[in-house]
Amino acid sequence: MATHAHAPASDIYYVPAQSHWPIIASISLFTMMFGGATLLNGGSSTLLFIGLAMILTTMFGWFGTVVMESEHGFYNAQMDRSFRWGMGWFIFSEVMFFAAFFGALFYARHYSVPWLGGETEHGVLTQSLLWSGYEATWPTNGPDKIGGFFAPMHAWGLPAINTLILLSSGVTITWAHWGLVEGNRAKLIKGLAATVALGVLFLVLQAVEYHEAYQELHLTLGSGIYGSTFFMLTGFHGLHVTIGAIILAVILFRSMAGHFSPHKHFAFEAAAWYWHFVDVVWLGLFIFVYWM
Amino acid sequence: MSTAAPTHEHGHDHEHHGPAPGLSRWILTTNHKDIGTLYLLFSLLMFFIGGAMALVIRAELFQPGLQIVDPHFFNQMTTMHALVMIFGAVMPAFVGLANWLIPIMIGAPDMALPRMNNWSFWIMPFAFTLLLSTLFTAGGGPAGGWTLYPPLVLQTGEAFPFVILAVHMMGASSIMGAINIVATILNLRAPTMTLMKMPLFVWTWLITAFLLVAVMPVLAGAVTMLLTDKYFGTSFFNAAGGGDPVMFQHIFWFFGHPEVYIMILPAFGVISMIIPTFARKPLFGYASMVYATASIAFLSFIVWAHHMFTVGMPLAGELFFMYATMLIAVPTGVKVFNWVSTMWRGSMTFETPMLFAIAFVILFTIGGFSGLMLAIAPADFQYHDTYFVVAHFHYVLVPGAVFSIMAAAYYWLPKWTGHMYNEKLGQWHFWLSVVGINVLFFPQHFLGLAGMPRRIPDYALQFTEFNMISTVGAFIFGISQLLFAYNVIQTIRGGAKATDQVWEGAKGLEWTLSSPPPYHTFQTAPRVD
Amino acid sequence: MAISRIAQGGVVALGSALWGWSTGAYAEYELNMPQGVTSISKDVYDLHMLIFWICVAIGIGVFGVMFWSIYHHRKSRGAVAAQFHESTVIEIIWTIIPMAILIAMAVPATGTLVRMADARDAELTIKVTGYQWRWQYDYLDQGVSFFSTLSTPQAQIRNTASKGEHYLLEVDNPLVVPVGKKVRILTTAADVIHSWWVPDLGWKKDAIPGFINEAWTQIDKPGIYRGQCAELCGRDHGFMPVVVKAVSPEEFEQWLVQMKAQANPQTAQNKPVSLSATVPGGQTL
Ligand code: HEA
Ligand code: HEA
Ligand code: CUA
Ligand SMILES: [Cu+2]
Repeated sequence: MATHAHAPASDIYYVPAQSHWPIIASISLFTMMFGGATLLNGGSSTLLFIGLAMILTTMFGWFGTVVMESEHGFYNAQMDRSFRWGMGWFIFSEVMFFAAFFGALFYARHYSVPWLGGETEHGVLTQSLLWSGYEATWPTNGPDKIGGFFAPMHAWGLPAINTLILLSSGVTITWAHWGLVEGNRAKLIKGLAATVALGVLFLVLQAVEYHEAYQELHLTLGSGIYGSTFFMLTGFHGLHVTIGAIILAVILFRSMAGHFSPHKHFAFEAAAWYWHFVDVVWLGLFIFVYWM
Repeated sequence: MSTAAPTHEHGHDHEHHGPAPGLSRWILTTNHKDIGTLYLLFSLLMFFIGGAMALVIRAELFQPGLQIVDPHFFNQMTTMHALVMIFGAVMPAFVGLANWLIPIMIGAPDMALPRMNNWSFWIMPFAFTLLLSTLFTAGGGPAGGWTLYPPLVLQTGEAFPFVILAVHMMGASSIMGAINIVATILNLRAPTMTLMKMPLFVWTWLITAFLLVAVMPVLAGAVTMLLTDKYFGTSFFNAAGGGDPVMFQHIFWFFGHPEVYIMILPAFGVISMIIPTFARKPLFGYASMVYATASIAFLSFIVWAHHMFTVGMPLAGELFFMYATMLIAVPTGVKVFNWVSTMWRGSMTFETPMLFAIAFVILFTIGGFSGLMLAIAPADFQYHDTYFVVAHFHYVLVPGAVFSIMAAAYYWLPKWTGHMYNEKLGQWHFWLSVVGINVLFFPQHFLGLAGMPRRIPDYALQFTEFNMISTVGAFIFGISQLLFAYNVIQTIRGGAKATDQVWEGAKGLEWTLSSPPPYHTFQTAPRVD
Repeated sequence: MAISRIAQGGVVALGSALWGWSTGAYAEYELNMPQGVTSISKDVYDLHMLIFWICVAIGIGVFGVMFWSIYHHRKSRGAVAAQFHESTVIEIIWTIIPMAILIAMAVPATGTLVRMADARDAELTIKVTGYQWRWQYDYLDQGVSFFSTLSTPQAQIRNTASKGEHYLLEVDNPLVVPVGKKVRILTTAADVIHSWWVPDLGWKKDAIPGFINEAWTQIDKPGIYRGQCAELCGRDHGFMPVVVKAVSPEEFEQWLVQMKAQANPQTAQNKPVSLSATVPGGQTL
């Protein structure tokens, strides 16, 4: 039965006090969503931007509080582990979000497009009665050529360069981590700065690529299923690179401000995990969207 | 399973500050008990709103012909009823139970990420404001069914973006809630609380949380594609552009099937706690219960297309999904058999929680049987989209999930509030509910087999009698729920003092605490032998 | 626990009343799936009954044990709780037995499914297109095409006239097919998803815009068979019935001749003004 064992001090649980950030975050989110829906219904975008600004302010404030608490040493090893589990599972949920879009790509390439083109037993009648003349190819914008003529994006131009960029950014962040663990702050800052720079470079090239797609290849979000999967996958990935780069920039500034110790720097690690996740998703994109 | 008392009852009073005064306690709280209470009350409210919509449906279906509402509004009621019940009533109720119980069952001070916990909750009222407000817009709310199938759902008017974004908000809330639960269970257990000593409720929630994190983002992806198909010219679900409306169904049900287990696994956990208490006998086959839960969760990822047998999948696909679906009967059967064996040679008493638990076992099993019948693809060609399906899922959801929530409420209410609920009223509530629910949903099996499609506001004359019976049942069941609400509120406000142990046969950490437990429970880890 | 006794009595009374009522006096109100009029529909019915009875048997077993225990092992009867809580052998047994039962169910189910999927050697092919809210039937090789729309008057729906015998299950132009011949049904849709269903034929098939689904039937008995659209398709989903008239091959030939004579003007008139963007107008006949 009960044994009264006094736990060592580090095992005393830390429970944060009441906080006004969550409710502010909820109201901000609501404002943003309401604004977004209003805009989609042809209304004004004011509310959306107000909501967005509120969200950004909230994040600034909320994370600021957490950073401050962390710097004051409120968090013990157990909190640290909770953060790790939390971040890990959050990244898993992001993976599943991308899985939905990869699933769509897979389904279109292996099922719907071949069926529309009369392949397999299931497709013969579909093609001959509804879409006669349509041949299943990839890329395609479907039997009705939705969005008009377009040319596909080639893998071995900008996308290949972008692959190299992201892969090297994976190296630089690891290098930065080594710096942090060694207590070499200059190395940490240099490594982080390089990573952020590579991230930004990636985004610039991605923008160039989109520009080329729209202007020269006539490849748009509306270019049938190819355009849909291409832009939604690369677009959401780009969004995640943006978020990752912002997180890394914050970590960079914190490093410059002297935050983190060789033993305790979960925020850095979380950012690095996130960055690696973004990296891995890109590899999937490069292989399945651009290359194969 | 054997458990022991916590260590902190004496001493350590220093940081035991109580709740903040006034409204700010509820809005700003980071306390798992407060957040659990908020979730539970919110879900009760949603249950009444969703139930009121169900009563509109049932009232319209009382007789053939259009009497009360027009068909478009009827479809809105069907759609909203399901969304409110699933995302507003059942899921938040289980998250509320998790919040209240998991920390005190595993010897944790609170949830792992308390501020995020508050946020998970407070997103919900806003999400439902967004969703329900569409009922008052010009074109009305969504009317394409809770399954949101395109192209029909793309015909939704102004409500459309509101619904999609509301679903995004609920998803975000669920994901954060689930992450919190995983982190709590994996990281905040008392050191002596090993995984295989955890109460089954904690186990089932761990697995449920995994399902949630895995599939809610997929739903988010699916509805995002709907949004871009409608507003940004993408062709995911449009054959002319190379897509396929059926693609949506695959993605949706990849979420949707695990979703139904998200609503039943925690229920299994609750029942596995209650039956041993009132049988005064340890749960039979603890380990196999854990493995069965995990198997159900695993299988739930590979059976989704049993909702789509009639869409014209290739034969091989139909066969695969039929076999995989049938397999789920095996681990579920293990659970049912274990519950029955737990009762076997016990020393049973039948207080309200036990009555609900027993009704759960029987009526859930009946729902499971009809599920198995639906799994037989060639027979499903007949059953699909009829009231037979409606009967199936209400049996697993109402006397299944909802009864388990009510059982849990009666079982732990004395612990939460420190007051004993009114047993006599509880018994009345139970018997009226069991009678009501069967009068309500049993005839729907007949309706479905005889050929009544679901989602119709009006029907052919041969369906009249059973629809009338069903509607009468709905009102009996619905009105009986007022007893429940009354009983709960009265118990919160006062009543006989509950003991710490509350139930003679109750085992587990939570029963070693005072009733109600202190605002902050464990400061240091308790020991579990 | 007097109330629980009373209520228990209530359940029994109500249950038996319900049962007696539904089986006796109101026999025309179907309780069960129809056996239907094709060999497939009979197979489906048999499969349904097989699984049903297996479930009933398992249910009696499981609930029987449970009720026995509830009666005998209650504290008020002085039962003392045993403390056993594990048995690997028994867990294995009740894993394997259900497995075996499931395999026994899967065998006939597979057979029926394979038979249903085989639409080869059909003698007649009809394309069925779902619209919001009516059906179009195209006899592909005969060049006959027409729409089939609910014919129940609004007044009956609005309760201002008394409802006819086939309330909501009647159309202006039924689908006409010959008995004894294998008929292939191809379903598709012009706007949203619909589902073509006649219970007496034993199946339903979704009509998906942009795709063709294939199914078949061979009706043994002349008669009129009624069903409904089974996939939610908007406001009037409840008001797009399917009526199939099965006639002798001779009658069918006559009907074809007659239809060809008046075919063209009718289709032209019934053509919906606007087709959804999902399927371009040129693609639908
Ligand atoms: C809590 C929710 C829940 C649960 C637990 C289940 C459980 C099951 N469901 Fe259900 N289902 C739904 C909620 C749920 N379902 C919903 C909401 C829908 C409709 C969605 C919509 O379209 O809107 C649906 C629809 C649905 C369909 C699609 C029907 C159609 O649209 O045509 C199918 C088909 O296979 C199915 C099958 C099953 C099976 C095989 C189980 C199994 O898990 C059941 C297993 C249990 C048992 C079998 C009983 C106990 C076992 C024994 C006593 C052992 C021995 C038994 C045998 C060997 C037979 N369900
Ligand atoms: C957990 C989920 C859940 C729950 C608890 C319920 C509960 C109930 N459901 Fe639900 N239902 C679904 C999930 C659920 N349902 C789903 C997923 C669908 C499919 C939707 C679709 O096709 O898209 C569906 C569809 C559905 C239909 C088919 C509609 C159609 O096809 O058109 C029907 C019809 O009878 C129905 C009835 C009921 C009834 C009577 C209850 C009762 O149990 C409700 C009882 C509760 C109350 C009645 C509340 C009590 C309130 C009062 C007593 C006071 C009233 C207050 C005022 C009037 C102010 N439901
Ligand atoms: Cu057409 Cu329902
Ligand atoms: Cu399912």
